[in-house]
Amino acid sequence: METLPPETRKAGFGWLLQMAWRDGRASLHRLVLFMGSIVLGIGALVAIQNFGLTLEETIAGQSKELMGADYLVDSDQPPTAGFLDTINQLPGTFRREVNFATMVSFPDRAGTRLVRVRGMEAGYPFYGALETTPAGAAETYIPEGAALLDATLMTQYRLKPGDSVKLGNLTLPIAGGIDLAPGNTAVTTSVAPVIWIPYEQIDKTGLIQVGSRVGYNFYFKVAPDADLQAIYDLWDPIMDRNNADVDLHTDTSQRLGRRFENVGRFLKLVAFIALLLGCLGIASSVHIYMKEKRQFIAILKCLGATRRQSFLIFLLQISGIGLLGGVLGTGMGLALQQIFPRFVRDFLPLELDWSIHWGPVLLGLLLGLVMAVLFGLLPLLNTWLISPLAVLRIGHLPSRLSKRLTALVLGIILLVIWGVSALLLEQPFRALAFVLGIAFTFALLAGIAWGFMRGIRRFFPHSWGFEARQSLLNLFRPNNQTLVLVLAIGIGTFLISTLYFSQDLLLARAQVEDGRPAANLILLDVQAGQQQAVAETTRAQGLPVMENIPIVTMRLEKIKDRTVNDIREDTTSTVSQWILSHEFRVTYRDSLIESEQLKAGQWVSAYNGEVPVPVSLSDNVARDAQVTVGDRLLFNVQGVLMETEVASIREVDWGRMQLNFSVVFPPGVLDNAPRFHVLTTRAPDAETSAALQQSLVRGFPNITVLDIRQLLEVVSDILDKIGWVIRFMAFFSILTGFIVLLGAVRTSKFQRIRESVLLRTLGAKGGQILKIAALEYLFLGAIGSVMGVLLSLGATELLARNIFETPFIPSWVPFGVVIPVICLLVLGIGLLNSRSVLRSTPLEVLRREGV
Amino acid sequence: MPNILNVHELRKTYSSGGAELTVLDDITFSVPAGTTFALVGPSGSGKTTLLGLCAGLDTPNAGSVELCGADLGSLSEDERALLRNRQVGFIFQNFQLLPTLTALENVSVPLELQGDPRAVESARELLAKVGLADRGHHYPSQLSGGEQQRVALARAFANRPQVLFADEPTGNLDEETGSRVVSLLFDLNKEAGTTLIIVTHDTDLARRCDRLLRLKGGRVFERQELNV
Ligand SMILES: Nc1ncnc2c1ncn2[C@@H]1O[C@H](COP(=O)(O)OP(=O)(O)O)[C@@H](O)[C@H]1O
Ligand SMILES: [Mg+2]
Repeated sequence: METLPPETRKAGFGWLLQMAWRDGRASLHRLVLFMGSIVLGIGALVAIQNFGLTLEETIAGQSKELMGADYLVDSDQPPTAGFLDTINQLPGTFRREVNFATMVSFPDRAGTRLVRVRGMEAGYPFYGALETTPAGAAETYIPEGAALLDATLMTQYRLKPGDSVKLGNLTLPIAGGIDLAPGNTAVTTSVAPVIWIPYEQIDKTGLIQVGSRVGYNFYFKVAPDADLQAIYDLWDPIMDRNNADVDLHTDTSQRLGRRFENVGRFLKLVAFIALLLGCLGIASSVHIYMKEKRQFIAILKCLGATRRQSFLIFLLQISGIGLLGGVLGTGMGLALQQIFPRFVRDFLPLELDWSIHWGPVLLGLLLGLVMAVLFGLLPLLNTWLISPLAVLRIGHLPSRLSKRLTALVLGIILLVIWGVSALLLEQPFRALAFVLGIAFTFALLAGIAWGFMRGIRRFFPHSWGFEARQSLLNLFRPNNQTLVLVLAIGIGTFLISTLYFSQDLLLARAQVEDGRPAANLILLDVQAGQQQAVAETTRAQGLPVMENIPIVTMRLEKIKDRTVNDIREDTTSTVSQWILSHEFRVTYRDSLIESEQLKAGQWVSAYNGEVPVPVSLSDNVARDAQVTVGDRLLFNVQGVLMETEVASIREVDWGRMQLNFSVVFPPGVLDNAPRFHVLTTRAPDAETSAALQQSLVRGFPNITVLDIRQLLEVVSDILDKIGWVIRFMAFFSILTGFIVLLGAVRTSKFQRIRESVLLRTLGAKGGQILKIAALEYLFLGAIGSVMGVLLSLGATELLARNIFETPFIPSWVPFGVVIPVICLLVLGIGLLNSRSVLRSTPLEVLRREGV
Repeated sequence: MPNILNVHELRKTYSSGGAELTVLDDITFSVPAGTTFALVGPSGSGKTTLLGLCAGLDTPNAGSVELCGADLGSLSEDERALLRNRQVGFIFQNFQLLPTLTALENVSVPLELQGDPRAVESARELLAKVGLADRGHHYPSQLSGGEQQRVALARAFANRPQVLFADEPTGNLDEETGSRVVSLLFDLNKEAGTTLIIVTHDTDLARRCDRLLRLKGGRVFERQELNV
């Protein structure tokens, strides 16, 4: 065909770019929603990823400062002369510490407080700072024989340097307040604030008695080039035999890191959900956008552009927006993460060094592009099928993509989601379960929404009023976005209320069950000789003694004929290490308590003098010690060996706010063993509680009082802080959902205008049209949010069973707050969008929209 | 004189809801190169459908179309697009400018598609020819209907087409503006020597053409040679 010019003369890549730019420039306001989805999704992701790495790096980089030493040896037994010999052979120089919990009082002030006392030798910490007010107090408190108190304690009791503090029999002047010390965090110190006193003063307190839980630590500093791992490998087994442990500074930081691991995982999950919502936003906004571009593409094709050219123009445009969104989102994420420290500051005993990590940044930049293209792919591929005939016939619809191609694209999308979540969660299988779960939830929501719409159609409420019927009909208008809207609203609600419910789960664990009046004061370390007097003091205050539980401490000597030392040295043994050196706190009683259930064997309620003594184990101890009913255990009860046999195994609900025991003896065996008691009582208010604590500390300085009410306040404070992050991230998700909503509402605007014009021409009043629109949005909001909350009930039940292992009682918040708020939001956005429709006359509208 | 368009026994049917609707049946006609040709008929008689088939925007159920020496039935969609780009111009009732491109960009697109390095200059000259030299940077929404149609005219002639299809070019314009656009169309056409195939209701406009084909109910009802 000589009329067709040579192939060489045609528009190149530069022209495609130019067209993408030209069209994008003028469509920017339409692309804002699309970009917003990407920015929010990536922002959340980058923020959390980068923050996680910063946290990891900080913890790893400051592990010596965390411990204040290179390594430490810890033991819960008073060191014997032989043990001290061994300690002296360990490499490096060391400082000693004795620590325990106790009650203190302030002679100059009213009030008593549970604290952790640390008796320290001068020279600790080797690393990191001990910062005090006044600054010199860190150096002077030991030579002056004074105490350092947590700064919070100082403010709480309005103490100043020079005031005194009374610990047991000892009264010391206060040298100053501790602002920063190795290992201190706001959270740990709010449960039990720390008091540092000179090591030599500990004995004078007279607080170390039978049953006191005392920690003996030896902090070591070695030469900078010392091989710590070698020290550990050589000495830890030796220490094990002495019921002590070697802990390297790196272990401590790992443990701390692990403590943050779950929080980190949770945050990553939330980030990923925000990202997914972003994807939903992208998919729906590109879908809407490309629908608006159909005419453009038809004209281009009519002018002679090939299918490839038209496809590429928009692929380039979408990629460009994706890249730009990635850049903005990454920037936003890096800015956003600056907010997180507010939340971790109280949990983290160190300052964060901010740095930008290339991994998250690259991921953010790349994901912007990948997400945009991937989730825009179906609408983009649809451009292929747009016929130039549409220029002659407005509304000429393109044919549909083949099912196989659609399935292929969806498959790739799922695969990429899985890849990204595996990358984030670092667990491919869990990620797979997660992706399948999300896909399932999506499918379920879509299925319910679809079924619901069919149901409305089939059982159409003909008896309803005109406005209600009209608004229902609107849900089925051609080209409706009902499904997309319901999905967006539903998923958003689902996530938010699942987060809410989970928070409830966590809180419920910490709460004392209502109904039965539970004890809220626990008196620990009551010596056998003191229990009568303590009970009387309690009753004298008008408070009941609810429980009086005897406790005897003992260790295991033999498990089934093998000595624990034997088992310890046997590398093939699978008996848990902790069992071998654990100091068991054992009680004796004749019956099971509420939190216990018999799982195997026979409960022995009375002792008839037989040997071996029948005892009952909790299921976790039985499992870790690898014993069953009938097996023998030899206990060392403070020097006296006692042969026992496992008579029963109990399941114990450790989550209950109750004293639970892993080993229970029958009454009558341990009556003469050195024991101490735990008494519980219930104080109706804080004043009564304080009064009792004061008289107890005065009369029995060795007794420790646990105030559950105070403890619960601390716990709920912590949960509030976690909740803040949860809500913040949920807000992010809602924002993304918002964008989806805005986009979807906007698409139908055009149709809505025509409809309302038609209705008005037919004589409908403005008020009626408003009512129709309002009802329609209300329907959408209600269907979506109710479904979301209902689905989240199921999801939370799964979480409750598999992860939190606690019964799930839904709170009313999602029902009472989330559903109405979401409905109102949808209504608000919808009506705001219909404003122009309502304000103008039919003619005006028709002219403006240029129909 | 060779024919630029040969239509032979063309048939087009639509099936909707199981029923077959024959929109065009047994249409045969030719258009000699360089002439003007009017397609008239009542609304719904199939004029637009026929135009779409002749321009290769749609495919017939039977019969053949030969445009600029090429049998449209044997070309792929992209080859037809290429043919349109090199040889065909269009004008529509509702203008069909690219809404997100300026007037100047709209006119230069057909040239850019050909890889013409002088696309923008040529487009500017063409805009001047239709009297819109100073409106090049305006978007379609900033132009009146008559101005938009003039931009469309400039765009239609930009690639020096051999044949120009117009579907009711004055349908959306008031009488005065419409007649100005028609004059401009005929002037440009004469200057470029393009074949003009025009669908219209306007009897005055139809009478200015060399030949006329009247459709009724999807069939040829009347052929006239007016100014030959
Ligand atoms: N996609 C389609 N499906 C079914 N019928 C159609 C379709 N497109 C056009 N028609 C019908 O074809 C007939 C001719 O339409 P058209 O070519 O637009 O007529 P004209 O341009 O002469 O007014 C009309 O009856 C119209 O309803
Ligand atoms: Mg027509």
